[in-house]
Amino acid sequence: MDALQKNLLSEVADLHEIPSGAYNIRTNGAAMGRNSTENIQIISKEDKPGIDIIIKPGTKNESVHIPVVISESGLKDLVYNDFYIGDDSDVLVIAGCGIHNTGDKESSHDGIHTFHIGKNARLRYVEKHYGVGDGNGENVMNPTTVIEIDEGGSMEMETTQIKGIDSTIRDTSATLKAGASLVVKEKIMTHGRQKAETNFIVNLDGEDSSAHLVSRSVAKENSYQVFKSEVNGNAKCMSHTECDAIIMDEASVSAIPEVTANHIDAQLIHEAAIGKIAGEQLMKLMTLGLSEKEAEEQIVNGFLK
Amino acid sequence: MLELINIGFDVEEDGVKKTILNDINLKIDEGFIALTGPNGGGKSTLAKIIAGIYTATRGQILFNGQDITNLSITQRAQMGISFAFQQPVRFKGITVKDLISMAKGKDISVSEACGYLSEVGLCAKDYINREINASLSGGELKRIEIATVMARGTSLSIFDEPEAGIDLWSFNNLIKVFENMRDKIGGSIMIISHQERILNIADKIIVIADGKVSKIGNKNEILPELLFSSGSVCKTLTDKL
Repeated sequence: MDALQKNLLSEVADLHEIPSGAYNIRTNGAAMGRNSTENIQIISKEDKPGIDIIIKPGTKNESVHIPVVISESGLKDLVYNDFYIGDDSDVLVIAGCGIHNTGDKESSHDGIHTFHIGKNARLRYVEKHYGVGDGNGENVMNPTTVIEIDEGGSMEMETTQIKGIDSTIRDTSATLKAGASLVVKEKIMTHGRQKAETNFIVNLDGEDSSAHLVSRSVAKENSYQVFKSEVNGNAKCMSHTECDAIIMDEASVSAIPEVTANHIDAQLIHEAAIGKIAGEQLMKLMTLGLSEKEAEEQIVNGFLK
Repeated sequence: MLELINIGFDVEEDGVKKTILNDINLKIDEGFIALTGPNGGGKSTLAKIIAGIYTATRGQILFNGQDITNLSITQRAQMGISFAFQQPVRFKGITVKDLISMAKGKDISVSEACGYLSEVGLCAKDYINREINASLSGGELKRIEIATVMARGTSLSIFDEPEAGIDLWSFNNLIKVFENMRDKIGGSIMIISHQERILNIADKIIVIADGKVSKIGNKNEILPELLFSSGSVCKTLTDKL
């Protein structure tokens, strides 16, 4: 791995060297390193690009790293990763994609991740998207996440895209059985002429299932963001969707919520707030000696923390 | 240290000019100054003009001999003016530790934060990582606001009604907080207050009413008058008091 790839790897996965435990590192469309453990098996798919990650039932406190780095301009990478999280397990999956595009061609990574979460299993999934480039080539990422949570299972997903991705469509769909829960925390910052689209579809099919979706985003300069969420309460269930955006400069942000209750005991809440940084927040930090620009940075950093 | 010369402040409401403050002339060198007077008299406006949050329509402000009339909030803050808001501002994601660090101008340790927070009756351990958002009560926010001004330790600290929204226990301690602050920092503390006990510890009391300085003096001169005068309040109201 060269220095550039190492840098991308540390940005997306906080990794400075080859991780311990199970991992699969993909660079420029090819597998670069892989390690399976006793409880976590990583196997290449035979019919299409991608891997199956199979976690044995009852596996606790283990983690899997699956970072992707692209440093070749013009590379279009498409990958299918399927995760089978065994019953009663409790694991952490860290994914992420970094693109360094110095050429003038479009580089893209489309990852399709499917999670099958077993009964009473617990998964924490962290993904980070990051792009850099000094050429004119666009960095494109279109992550698709499909989630199926079996009875009593739970998933917490943290997804972050702070810099350098010119265009992204992020589709996440989830189906929850009885007692299952899903928490999604999304953080996005766009600038320049970037476009980011987020689509959530959540089906709460089982009794006492719950979903909590939180999106915090900052749109700067001429960027554009759209947040769509569709939550269907098909049983006694609870959901809370929160979309909170700071808009700056000439940016534009849309929030399109849809909540459908198909059951008398479905409780579905949606909150959306879009606005510029409050003047009094800037003023407060300025009375502490910060310049207006520094105050703005602190407010944005805190908001996306 | 602080001199206000002919300060005036006008606003326009529905196309009509309204004077909020007029002919304010004040010289402040004392350690502890209380600004008091009826609601709507212009106290908060005056404090905000000193901090640079509002710009005076007329007049001049000198701070330590330097003309600060046209300086920004940031420049005044850097020169040594602090301001505690009457209604503390909330922030999503910014923690108590972040805010005190910004006030201090450097990253602070838990024990340093504890020093400031314990002064205002909060346990650092419970609060340091809390976000300054709606999950904190009005009283908690108010105490954190005071702690940030303490952390700055500037030569002029202005508090806009610090006692509002604070419970009795905290109020008793608040008096001690201001006394400690004066001893430790040695600068001037200006407090907007209606509380007799706060006025009681002031070296100088300034009464602002109808946009003007109506009285200045020490507590022996001002307090008896303040407590027994009903001012311009109408008869129906005084009968009920």
